[in-house]
Amino acid sequence: MTDGPAIATHGLAKRYGNLVALAGLTMTIPRGSVFGFLGPNGAGKTTAVKLLLGLARPSGGSAEVLGQPIGERRSRRRVGYLPELFRYQPWMSAREVLALHCRLADIDRAAWAREIDDALAVVGLSDRANSRVGTFSKGMQQRLGLGVALLGDPEVVLLDEPTSALDPVGRHDVREIIRTLRDRGMTVFLNSHLLSEVEQVCDRVAIVDHGKVIAEGTLDELLGADTVRVRVTDLTREARQELAAFGAVADEGEWLVIRGMKNERLPDLVAQIVRAGGRVYAVEPAHESLEDRFLSLLGGDR
Amino acid sequence: MLILTIARLTVLEMLRRRLFLVLLGLTLLVIAFTSWGFGQITTVGTRPMTRVEQIAVVSQLLVLVGFMFSFTLAFSAVFAGAPSLSGDVESGTALAILARPISRAEFVIGKWLGVVTTIFLYAIPTTALQLFMVDRIVQYVPPHPIEFIAFISAEAMVSLTLALALSTRLAGMVGGVIALILWGVAWIGGIVGSVGLALQNTTAQHVGTATRLLLPTDGMWRGAIWALEPEGIVAAARAAGPAAAGNPFFAADPPEALYIAWVVAWIALGLGIAIWSFTQREI
Repeated sequence: MTDGPAIATHGLAKRYGNLVALAGLTMTIPRGSVFGFLGPNGAGKTTAVKLLLGLARPSGGSAEVLGQPIGERRSRRRVGYLPELFRYQPWMSAREVLALHCRLADIDRAAWAREIDDALAVVGLSDRANSRVGTFSKGMQQRLGLGVALLGDPEVVLLDEPTSALDPVGRHDVREIIRTLRDRGMTVFLNSHLLSEVEQVCDRVAIVDHGKVIAEGTLDELLGADTVRVRVTDLTREARQELAAFGAVADEGEWLVIRGMKNERLPDLVAQIVRAGGRVYAVEPAHESLEDRFLSLLGGDR
Repeated sequence: MLILTIARLTVLEMLRRRLFLVLLGLTLLVIAFTSWGFGQITTVGTRPMTRVEQIAVVSQLLVLVGFMFSFTLAFSAVFAGAPSLSGDVESGTALAILARPISRAEFVIGKWLGVVTTIFLYAIPTTALQLFMVDRIVQYVPPHPIEFIAFISAEAMVSLTLALALSTRLAGMVGGVIALILWGVAWIGGIVGSVGLALQNTTAQHVGTATRLLLPTDGMWRGAIWALEPEGIVAAARAAGPAAAGNPFFAADPPEALYIAWVVAWIALGLGIAIWSFTQREI
């Protein structure tokens, strides 16, 4: 194992004729992190994953996975992948599909039985191991795909919308699996448009829209700016304007809304209002959710 | 090694398909039916056939049965080859496989090898059984039975390689239809060439030569016919002069070694084009 990032992209771009699917993606994903790649449908998320796996060719830029240039066979050696369009040989049993991927992933034959049993147990398909995949529901096929992605203890796992076909229990299970993977030191690249999913499991997030990353960072960095609503009277216009030092102030009659302010500064804000002669009746700090942030970013971009 | 993994996967997939079993069942039925039919050819009017007459009739009927095998094999090869790559890409099964450390070339060669193996698994036992049954019933063995099997298998390999190359870019149905049309055009082109030979028309002969070079399915079929023609029929045809060449179900000579070398090169080239085309495409 080398010490570099798990995934690094440098101006990675993809065009399909006149359509720009990915416009110069630059990002670094440290090893051992759960990275959420978030964006609306058609933002370029799946394109990015396909480029990383050499399934599509970049129109520009470059990228490395585990230090190896994308497109080369070596870059896929220690990588597990669950495609968005997951489909496995319907005429095979779940065990046979996993055995096929053990073979393709060049896993030592002696370890197959353990690898397959472990994968089936992790995704909850042990009791259907010998059933034909063609008889599986979509959710079960997605579970199988997740099991396939986990074979051989990969260093990087790319999950493209891994819960799209799952019920709430299945989604919960997948979140638990992702946390377990992180605990085992794996890097998880989670492609999703499900904000709550990303918010619950990801360490870092990139929000992509129209093929461009419009925000990137840890969840704290992205959601650090909160909104505070203060019900106040007897505050002069000048005093209200001075509150701009805390954040963007919106005057809504008796309520003042200050956006983009760290919660730690809340006592200072209240103290300044009182010093200026204001009478405070209520203070309502509101933590900005990823959804709020996501929508505001997309709104700003449009 | 990964080539063999994909080849094995392809063979297993085809063997587990109902289509293969249906094809095998129907072929066995046809073999049983034709074998019974061969046993019925014993008289001319009310008098019994001479041995020479029987061989003449049986050998020519066997050529027609051979054409059925050639036709069935070409169709099977096209239907197996045409969706082999495009089907996997369209369904999404290719995504998980090609994300593994496997090259596109290994994937394509593995698919080709798998379909070829399946075709051999079908063609060799069924044609051998057909020839064996004819031998048991009318005690007739064509002069070159091994070559017959080899030539119609080679014809199927050419059809398959064409269908596979089309499958790198076209949907299964589209590639299959194109491959079948080209197979038919090659067959007719071969007949035009034979008619040209009979009529000593050089333009028609050139058409035949060009089609046999561009798509050597008919060239291989001609080899299969030659393998089934008994010496007596060949001698009689030679005595009849160039007019005998006009019969699309007759061939007096085997394909030249140089032509067979071209067919091998054609298959290698077709596979090379398929690999190049599939390597360039996005999944």
